[in-house]
This record gives sequence, C-alpha cells and structure tokens, in this order.
Amino acid sequence: MAITDAPKIITSRLGYDDSHTINRYVATGGYQALRKALTMSPAAVAEQVKAASLLGRGGAGFPAGVKWGLAPADVWPRYLVVNGDESEPGTYKDRILMERDPHQLIEGVLLACYAIGAGQAFLYVRGEMALAQERIAEALNDAYQAGYVGKGILGTDYSIDVVLTWGAGAYIVGEETALIESLEGNRGMPRLKPPFFPAAKGLYMQPTIVNNVETLSNLPWIVANGGEAFAALGAEGSKGTRMFAVSGHVRNPGVFEVEYGVTTFRDLIYAPVYAGGIRGDHQLKAFIPGGGSAPWFFEEHLDLPLEKVTVDKAGSMLGSGAIVVMDDTTDAVKACLRLVRFYARESCGKCTPCREGTTWLERILQRILDGHGRPSDLELLLDVSDNISPGLTWPPKQTTICPLGPSATAPIASALGRFRDEFEARITVAEQARTSVPVELKAPSHA
Amino acid sequence: MPEPEAPAADGVVVEINGREVVARKGELLIDAAERAGTYIPRFCYHERMRPVGMCRMCLVEVDTGRGPALQPSCMIECSPGMKVDTESEVTKKAQDGVLEFLLINHPLDCPVCDKGGECPLQDQTMAYGPGESRFVEEKRHKEKPIPISDLVLLDRERCILCDRCTRFAKEVAGDPLIHFIHRGNDTEVNTFPDEPFASYFSGNTVQICPVGALTASTYRFKARPWDLETTESTCQQCSVGCRISIDSSRDQVQRYAGVDIDPVNWGWLCDKGRFSHESVTAEARLGEPLVRQGDELVPTRWADALGRAADALRGASSPEAIGVIGGARLTNEDAYAWAKLAKGVLGTDNVDAQLGDGLPAEVVLGLPRATIDQVCEPGGTVVLLGPDVKEELPVLFLRLRHAVVSDGVTLVEVSPRTTGLTGLAAASLQPRPGEAGELVRALVAGSDAERDVAGLPAEAVNAARRLLAGSRGPLTVVLGRPSVAESATAVVDAATALLAARPDTTFLPALRRANVHGALDMGLAPGLLPGRVGLDEGRDCFAGSWPSVPASRGLDTEGILRAAADGHIDVLVLLGADPLADFPDHDLAERALAGARAVIAVETLPNASTRRADVVLAAAGFAEKAGTTTNLEGRVSSLSQRVTPPGTARADWMLAAELAARLGADLGVLDAEEILAEIGRVAPSHLGLDLAVVAGSPDGVLVPLGQPEAGPSSSGDAPEGQRGAAADAAAVRSDAADDTTTEEAEAAAAAAAEGAATAEAQAGAADGAAAGGDDAVPDEPLSAPRPELVAFVAGAPGSAPPLDAYAFRLVATRKLYDQGTTVQASAHLAGLAPGTAARVHPADADRLGVSAGERVVLRSARMSITVPVELDPGVPRGAVALVTNQRDVRVGDLIAVDGPVTELRIETAS
Ligand SMILES: Cc1cc2nc3c(=O)[nH]c(=O)nc-3n(C[C@H](O)[C@H](O)[C@H](O)COP(=O)(O)O)c2cc1C
Ligand code: SF4
Ligand code: SF4
Ligand code: SF4
Ligand code: FES
Repeated sequence: MAITDAPKIITSRLGYDDSHTINRYVATGGYQALRKALTMSPAAVAEQVKAASLLGRGGAGFPAGVKWGLAPADVWPRYLVVNGDESEPGTYKDRILMERDPHQLIEGVLLACYAIGAGQAFLYVRGEMALAQERIAEALNDAYQAGYVGKGILGTDYSIDVVLTWGAGAYIVGEETALIESLEGNRGMPRLKPPFFPAAKGLYMQPTIVNNVETLSNLPWIVANGGEAFAALGAEGSKGTRMFAVSGHVRNPGVFEVEYGVTTFRDLIYAPVYAGGIRGDHQLKAFIPGGGSAPWFFEEHLDLPLEKVTVDKAGSMLGSGAIVVMDDTTDAVKACLRLVRFYARESCGKCTPCREGTTWLERILQRILDGHGRPSDLELLLDVSDNISPGLTWPPKQTTICPLGPSATAPIASALGRFRDEFEARITVAEQARTSVPVELKAPSHA
Repeated sequence: MPEPEAPAADGVVVEINGREVVARKGELLIDAAERAGTYIPRFCYHERMRPVGMCRMCLVEVDTGRGPALQPSCMIECSPGMKVDTESEVTKKAQDGVLEFLLINHPLDCPVCDKGGECPLQDQTMAYGPGESRFVEEKRHKEKPIPISDLVLLDRERCILCDRCTRFAKEVAGDPLIHFIHRGNDTEVNTFPDEPFASYFSGNTVQICPVGALTASTYRFKARPWDLETTESTCQQCSVGCRISIDSSRDQVQRYAGVDIDPVNWGWLCDKGRFSHESVTAEARLGEPLVRQGDELVPTRWADALGRAADALRGASSPEAIGVIGGARLTNEDAYAWAKLAKGVLGTDNVDAQLGDGLPAEVVLGLPRATIDQVCEPGGTVVLLGPDVKEELPVLFLRLRHAVVSDGVTLVEVSPRTTGLTGLAAASLQPRPGEAGELVRALVAGSDAERDVAGLPAEAVNAARRLLAGSRGPLTVVLGRPSVAESATAVVDAATALLAARPDTTFLPALRRANVHGALDMGLAPGLLPGRVGLDEGRDCFAGSWPSVPASRGLDTEGILRAAADGHIDVLVLLGADPLADFPDHDLAERALAGARAVIAVETLPNASTRRADVVLAAAGFAEKAGTTTNLEGRVSSLSQRVTPPGTARADWMLAAELAARLGADLGVLDAEEILAEIGRVAPSHLGLDLAVVAGSPDGVLVPLGQPEAGPSSSGDAPEGQRGAAADAAAVRSDAADDTTTEEAEAAAAAAAEGAATAEAQAGAADGAAAGGDDAVPDEPLSAPRPELVAFVAGAPGSAPPLDAYAFRLVATRKLYDQGTTVQASAHLAGLAPGTAARVHPADADRLGVSAGERVVLRSARMSITVPVELDPGVPRGAVALVTNQRDVRVGDLIAVDGPVTELRIETAS
C-alpha cells in the first residue's frame, strides 16, 4: 500500500562504518534520552512507552508498556532480562542491532531499568553470535567507563548493572522462561505459565521483565521524541516502525525498517528499495510472514499490510519479523521437512508431545521424501500434529508446555493444506514401487 | 497424599464432571479429583515432590470462565467455580495422544522387564491404549541397562523422561547426581562422567520410576509382581522406623519398598534399609543352634543347646554373676520376655540394651520427647546435638532437609565434625571433643561470650547464640552420642543446659540401633523395669505378674564388661550384640569375653562375638516373626512375618520362655500378641496397648498412649480415628485398673460406649486376663496406681577436660555402611563401606608436616594404630577423626572408656 518516508527510528546509524562505537553514538545524539529520563520520574518514562503503544518485537507482540505494569508493586529486587537469543528461522534483525548499534540497545536497557525500577539487567546473547557478543562487550565496557552504566549514573545516585551472558546454542532459550532457567545456570527448559509468568515469578523467583533487543532499541527514540511521536507513525494496532528480515528467493535479501502497519508484504518483497522481487524469472509460491513458526502465506496475502491484527486475523503472525520467500522451484515437502526438522532438533525434550511428536513428524516426512510414503501418512501427519496442537487452529492450542511443539505443526498444516498434491505424488510413486515388488509385502495396518 | 476428607472451612468448590467437589485451598486439581473418586492418569506427578507438568498425561479440559482449555491437572490449583471435564472428547484425545507418544519409542520389553505387572505405563496402555501401533519407524536404541551406581541400573530405552528420579535426587535427597542430558528426542537421564549416582537414597528412584527404566541390582529378574506376596512392616535397620512393605515369593524375601506414612518416612527409605533384605536370605544366616566343642562351634539339637544354656544360667554363683547385653535387634515382645527372664526370673539387673555407645537410659527415657513432626514443625528451630543424622538415621535426614529447605526450619548444629546437615545449618559449630557442654552453656547464656569457647571463636558462638535467642516457639533437640571416643557426659551436660535455659525444650533421642528405644522401654537397662519406670517405683506394678524384681540397680554394659574382665561374671548373654565390634573400648570387650565363664549368644548372623560364645541360639530375624517395634519418637508400630525363619531358628521371646521353663519358671506367654497384651496391662508407659490398637493405626501409636500427636500432620487432619480410639482404650484400662474415682469410671464407660475399637480393646484385655489366669506366674492387671515414669534428673554442670597442648582428641563417628553384620551380609551393600583414614584439619597437617595419603601412627594411652592421613577442614583443629567399624582399622583399639575424651599423639610412620 505504501512505501512511506517514516524516519528511521532504530536503524538510523547503520550507514556509518563506526556505528558501533561510543563516539559515533554520542555524536549522533546517543545517551541524550538517558540524560532526559534522569530528569523525569520513572513513572513518567514508563508513561511515554505506554503512550507509544510499543509492541514487543520478540514474537508475541505484547505491548511493552503494559508488560512493565504487570510486575507486582513493592516486590524487590526486580530484574530486566534482555532477550538477544534470536534464533527463529529467518530472523536476523536483533543480530544487526547488536552488532551495529550496541549503544542504542544499552541505552534502551538503561531506560527500561529506570522505568521499572530494576537495578540489574541481564543481557543474554545467542551463543553463536560472536561478533555481536564482542561488540556488546566492548560497548558495555565503554559505557561503564563513560559513566552511563554502573554506580551513580551520570552523577546521579542512580545505579544500574548490566550483566552479559552468552547462550550455549539452544533455540529454546529464546523462550523467556527457558532463558531465565539458563541464566540461573540450569538446563534451558521452559517453565510452566502459569504459575511462572516472569513478570511475577521470574529470575530467582523475582519479578522480571523480559524484552527483546529490538523492543528495547526503540526506547531512546521514544524517550527523546515522546511516545506520541512514535504513536503518530504506523497503524492503529501497530505503531511506529519495525524491522523485517527478508530472506529466501528474493533478489535483495536484507533487513528493512519500515513504517509498521501500513507497508504491505508486496511492498516489502517486491519494491526495489526493499527485497526487490523474486529472483530470476520465478514466481512466488509461498512465504512465511513471521518466522518459521508462522503458518505460510501465499499470493493472495501479498496486499495485506504488515500489521499485527490484520495478519493475526488472516491466520498467521508477524512473529519475529522474518519473511521467508519461496519461489516456484521450492519442493513443498522438502521445505516442510526442513522446518519440522528444525523444531524437532531444537525441542528441549521436556514434554512428551513435543519431544516425541515432532521427531515422529520429521521421520514420517523424511520417509515420504525417501520414497517410502504410505497413503495413510498424510492423515497420520495431521493427527500427530493434532495431538501436539489440538484442532490445528490459529492461534494454536497446545498439549505442550511451550509453543515450540505447535510450531512444528504450522508448516505441516500449511504445506499439506495448499500442496497436498505434492505429498500425494511422492506417495503414489512409492506405492507403485512397492506394488511392483514381486513378493507382496503386507503393509502394517493402521488404526 | 490425598487425604480422605476436605475440611469444609475455606474450601474451594469446583465442578468435576458435573459434580460439585469441595477442594482445599491451594489443592492441586489432580489431588482434588482423586479424592472425589476421579483418578486422572499421570506419570510425572508425585505427591511428595513439586509438580513439573512434564509428561502431559494428566491434561484435562478446564474452564475457568474463558472457555474450556487443556491444562495439566498436576500444575493447577483448584479455583472457585472451575469446571473440569476429565472425560471430554478433547481430554481423551489429548491423553490418548500422550500415551501413544510415550509408547512409540518404548521398547515394550514387558516380558523381561522387572516392572511388568506393576507398571503404570503398562496399566495405562492396557486400560486406554490403542490396540496397534501407527509408528512404523525404527525405535530409539540405546545401550541396554547401564549401571549408574552399584545399586541402580538405568535402561534409557524404557525411560519416559518424567523427571521423577532426577527431581528426587535434587529436591528430596539433595544429591543432584543424575540429570537430563542432550536435547529433544535424544534427551536422556544420565550421571555426570565418572560420577556414579552414589546417594544413600538412590533406591527411592527405583521405587518411584513409573516404568522399568530404573531397576535395583538386588532385585533384577528375581520375581514377577504377580508372584509376590506382600506385608507391611517397619524397617529395623535404624531407629527411624520407616514403614515398608516386604515382598516375598517362594518363602524368600525379595525386596522392600517404602510405604508412605505422614509422621515418619513419607514413602522414602535409605538404601541401607531398602537393600538390607539381602541379609535376611544371606547364606550365613544361623539356622540351628551351635555349641562349643573345644575350639569349634558345632550344630546341635535345640534341647541340647537350651539345656546347656539353662545349666550355665542355673550354675551362676549369684544373680549378679549374670549379665545380659543387647536387645536392639529384638521386637518389643522379645525384649519384654527377656527382661522378664533376666530381671524377674534370674533376678539380675545387669542388663543393658546399649553397648556403651549411646546415652544413659534415664536420659533417653526421662527427657521430654519430641516427635519427628515436632522437630520439623515449619518455622521452628532445631538444635542438633548428636551424630551425623545422614549417616545414622538417614530418613530423619530427609525430613530435616525438607524442613530446612521447604519449611523454614532453622538448624543449629553442635557436632564433633561437620556432618551431612552442615550445609543446611544456619550455624554449625564444632567444639573441641568433650566440650559440647561448655559450648551449649554459652549458646543459651543471657549475654555474649567474650572469649573463645571450646576452641571456637567468640563471634561464631555469639552469632549462634543470637540465633537461638531470637527463635520463636519451643526448641527441639536431636540428641545422641556424637562420637564414641568421648563419654556421653558432654552431650548430657549440653542437654541439661538447654533444658534449664528453655524448659519447654523437647528432645528426639538419636540412638541409632533398630529397636533400641523399644528395648529400653521394655526395661533392658539397669535400674529400669518395662514401661519407663525405676525398680523401686515399678516394683509394685510387677509384683503380681513377675516372680520377683531385682532389689537394687545393676550394671550397664561397661560395668558388666568390667566385671566380666575381672572374673565376676559367670554367664554373659549377648542378645544380638557384638561387643567386640561395637563396644567403643575394644580391649575391654576382648578381656570381658575372655573373662566370662560362659557366653550365650542369641543371634541371627554370626559375628566376631558369637564366634567366642559357648552356646549360640539361632534367632528368627526381621520378616520372620510378628511383633511390634518402637522408634526414636516412641512410636510403636507393627512388624510382620512374611517368611519362615531359616532352619529351626526361633523368635527371641520363645527362647526366653524356653529357658525360663528349663529354669522352672513360666513366663506365661504363648505368643507375641499375648506378650503385647501383658505389656499393655503392666508396663506403666504402655498401658492400654495391644495388638488391636497397633493394628488399627497404620501410622503406629505413640507411647505413652493418649498423648496428642502434635505436629503439622495431625493438627489439621483427623486426629480422631484410631489414635483417639487408642487413647480411649488407654483411659479405660488404666482407669479400670486404678479403680479410682467414680468420675473416671463414668468417663471410661462413656469412652467404652463410643466405639467398637474400645469394646474390642476391652475384649482383648479380658482375653489376656483369662489367659493369665491359668499361668503359673499370676498375671493380675496393674493393681497399684500408675507410678511416676522415669524423669530426667539434671546433674551438676560438668567441666571441660584439661587441655593437653600436645595431644589431639579423637573423634570416632559412624558411616551408614560399615563392617556391621547386616551390611556385610547384604551382598550389594557390603562393598560400600568406605574405609577410614585419619582426618585432620589441613592447618594441623601443616603443623605436623604430614601430607594427604601419608601414613601416620596414632598413639593413645592404650595402643597405637597406623593409618593414612586425609586433610579435612570439617574436622576441628586439634582433633583427629576416624570412622568406626571399617575395614583394616580398629578404632576401638585406641579408646579407653574411663576418660571423658581419647587423647592421641600423631607420629609419622617410618
Ligand atoms: C520457542 C520460542 C522461541 C522464542 N525465541 C525468541 C527469541 O529468540 N528472541 C526473542 O526476543 N523472543 C523469543 N521468544 C519470545 C519470548 O518468549 C518473549 O516473549 C520475548 O522475548 C518478550 O520480549 P518482547 O515482549 O519485547 O517481544 C520466543 C518464544 C518462544 C515460544
Ligand atoms: S514444547 Fe518442546 S520445547 Fe517447549 S517445553 Fe515442551 S519439549 Fe520443551
Ligand atoms: S528413569 Fe524412570 S523416573 Fe527417571 S525420568 Fe526416566 S522414567 Fe522417570
Ligand atoms: S532410615 Fe532407618 S528405618 Fe528408614 S529405611 Fe533407613 S535404615 Fe530403615
Ligand atoms: S502428571 Fe501432570 S504433566 Fe505429568
């Protein structure tokens, strides 16, 4: 619908080679928001964020200002945890923010701590992101040195410590409660919600606000320019700007900050300033609108705006802001297996349906690809999926502890729903091969 | 555990399958549903551990106003108006789905799996599972069982990853040695590399594993559940008295399992208790009597053995020339019969159930007693003044651990070296050996100490002092003998100081051996008669039923052994006692056995002392006879017979009766039940007790009867029921016997009218009386008013032994596994005895110039031994710690029991 000239709120410095340095940051208005905030009350800072209607960028899209208000009053200490574990298939925007503008994130962390009254923040960076780790560590050292972080920030009596931690290579620790377990030194497995909602019982059972890297990177601009200015951008249910990582079969894959809620998928995928269209002279087959966990979209969804409510209603989600484009050379069965295998491998193993079910799904798909599919397999795929995510509805229900298990069923429901013929074709070939074997093998019967 | 009934007050009304159910506030849905008769299938949930919601088997549809949604019923608390459907299509599909998921990789080893026949997974599958499998892929394969310790094997193919074992290890035992490793479908339970699951409590994981993934090395392939016969009983490996079930097949004990009772063990057992079943069936068991022929003990007929024993007893020059040591192995009934034989028939008061390694009987019986629940009362403060509970009373350790970790209990530990509880203690103080009294006096003093106390810096003492001063409510004390290398005086002195400063303090006596408390209750101690009374106080009660009562107080074990060594003992009876191994002073024990003219041992297994006996009477042991036992709280519970004794071995009480008969007396008892009835009639602290009372109380009954069972478990739940009935029965009997006021008689009548239990109890009493009527020894009901029970009499405060700057003081403690007969007769436990070394504080080692592993000579006034050194900061400066009864090192060689402490020199071995 529109390629707007909305200001770059979080990617404004990416054009500089030294965007990650404290000098560049300060020279381009960095840490001004912190100075301003320190003259305001914490509640006033929180109020600005609320006014901005800033939705969480980690996947669930929960309004940050509202989340902050969920921490029970008068329970201390409370913590801020920064989710930098970004591992959702297709997603790579937090990495860019951490590598290229770490001070912006640190300032955002400080502002959030100030607003919620946390004296300690834990910054959890994905294990594989070596450069991001290095850049954040360096930025943090510089910020400590310059007096932005630590004891008595900028001469006030306000103190915040930021603790840096690396992950050990598990996707599941992106889930906030698993991340908290990992921070506590335990095996990264999700806790049950209820009762362990982080805002109430989080890190060390204290109130804990978990926010995504991109979410927090918006705060310096919001505090500097006011929540109203942020809310003036975007659409009703999706304010401000947002980063989208486009990958797959496009000419110009990359991360783009666009005005939230007004730009369409077609704009993002086809506009020359963005992804530039499908590669070669191929046609679009399908695209994933919000990271590997999201149900697939097709041609008919291209003109939907990148707007949370609209996309939710259309049966998928903007999730982690990752758009994966598949052209007509894509094998739907293979693509489906690739995604299911990811979730099966990344299942933490805590609950039965996910641990056993996702691997079962993977193995059925692999068998179909290997030419040993059976006609009953398609119903089996759907029924096993149904036992992980009852009804295969959107938003998904779950028999599992966390949404990872159901994530593995989304590609199956999508691919089987749209491209059943591709699955059937492989099974037919397999059947023919089987029946042409001279000695008839009796297939096991199926319930 | 789900309780039978919810209190209506502050109940929460929920709807389960259309029916209204009143749940307790905060009650988990899975429990509330079960109580209401709706069992929700489960694998990971266990009522004694925190729920984790992992297996997802208990998913049910729950509507809290926002429409029905699947929820794990083990994780959600009942909330008002909640509507639950455990039978809806959605619920069923989810549960069937989970079951199918659990089965797809399950090896279906059922025909060769120990769990087959009692397997929740098998049962669920039979009840609800699909008829056939939709899983055509290859199942997950892992190496078949891998040992994760000497006692436990893990078959990872069978594991359903329910987190019960791992949770138990971390949460309950505090030994997080097993853990999940890998991820997703490859997740498995395992140990850390080169670190076995060496926990004293590992067997519990086998019991709670909902499949056959964890098996016990003692039971693998031994029996099938449908061949097993089961009886409940009480573990006799220590005085905690955990409730257990005994499984046997073909008249052989096959295994024990923990039974969950609220006041004691919560279903847990220690591995020593659990796996000691191997000692019942041990090859070495004595199945026939033996008599000495020259240097040898040879089998003989009972008539011969009993005849010889009786001759020896008859031939004793005087009653005082007979000594009887031991009794902790016995049932209460055995102990009573032996007390009656020794004190009533033979007329000797030289009787002692303890081996000089415990506390004076009057202290144990006289101090106000605490229950385990009282010690573990949430928010309370406990003083540990005794041995390492983890080593000696393991399940008490579990209860204390839970109390500290989950219930805010404060522990203050005074021990001769650090213990298994030190890490949980708010303050842990290691005074110089022999100086616990000084330390405790400073701890209860009104003001801070100004200088070091018992070798400890004033700050540490004062911090603990303030902790105690700030504690709310009565103190409880776990009181035992911390080290056999020092006399009991110091801890008794400490207890005296505590009681003086805080008169409402109660004590849980931590004597270790099986039924030692029952034996003391039954009068197997000098100066005492059954029922916790002194000779003089109780004389009248027993006048009717015993031929006589000793005129004056006799000797304790130390005294008996001294007398024997000096040639004053003609017959030494060892009632399941092995003084050569267990009496602290080995030399004295040795001389006593040499000096006694005749030694009669009554035993189940041969030991060092039986080998020196002249007559060995083969006794029926645990699981081979019925009776009762009394734990450290004074809780009387039942012991059951499950198998026949080996050979012709007989119950100890029977042997006492046989000997009495040969000496021309009649103990007047024909079976254990009758003995218990007699105890209930004559033993002042046990009035009202009989089999009906004990059998009617699955949790056991506390003596003296009628005391309310205080503590968290009974405060809210049903304190009526059996306990009330028992109390009533007690009231009826003592009142009837006293025949005092009409008011009391009326009360008794009212109580009698109250219920069948009381009527039954009375009938029992009448039976007993009738049976007694034919007896040679008249067995009248108690004719005198109930005498005063033994009370604690405080002695004068002791003084610290003088300090010898060149000497080290010996600390001699025990480990769970040692060279004791039952451990050594249990094939899978025998090898677990760790051995010992001279443990010294690193600073002392430095000073002496010795390093770890180096062999040193420890020289006491008595003797010297050579042992390797180990450095241990848990040992106080100036002390050397050794473990008793371990391979190759005889600590008893160093100890002379006449001093308050054992002093040593350390010399480097050349
Ligand atoms: C399986 C799973 C993986 C997730 N991975 C991430 C992640 O990598 N990064 C992230 O910020 N949030 C991730 N989330 C969402 C977090 O749980 C959480 O909602 C988020 O960090 C909150 O931050 P926000 O409110 O600022 O979005 C994941 C959630 C699930 C269920
Ligand atoms: S759904 Fe999967 S990832 Fe989430 S808790 Fe269960 S097993 Fe772990
Ligand atoms: S070994 Fe048994 S108890 Fe442990 S996780 Fe596996 S199934 Fe559960
Ligand atoms: S703690 Fe004592 S009573 Fe309990 S199982 Fe162990 S040895 Fe037996
Ligand atoms: S019993 Fe509730 S999830 Fe396992």
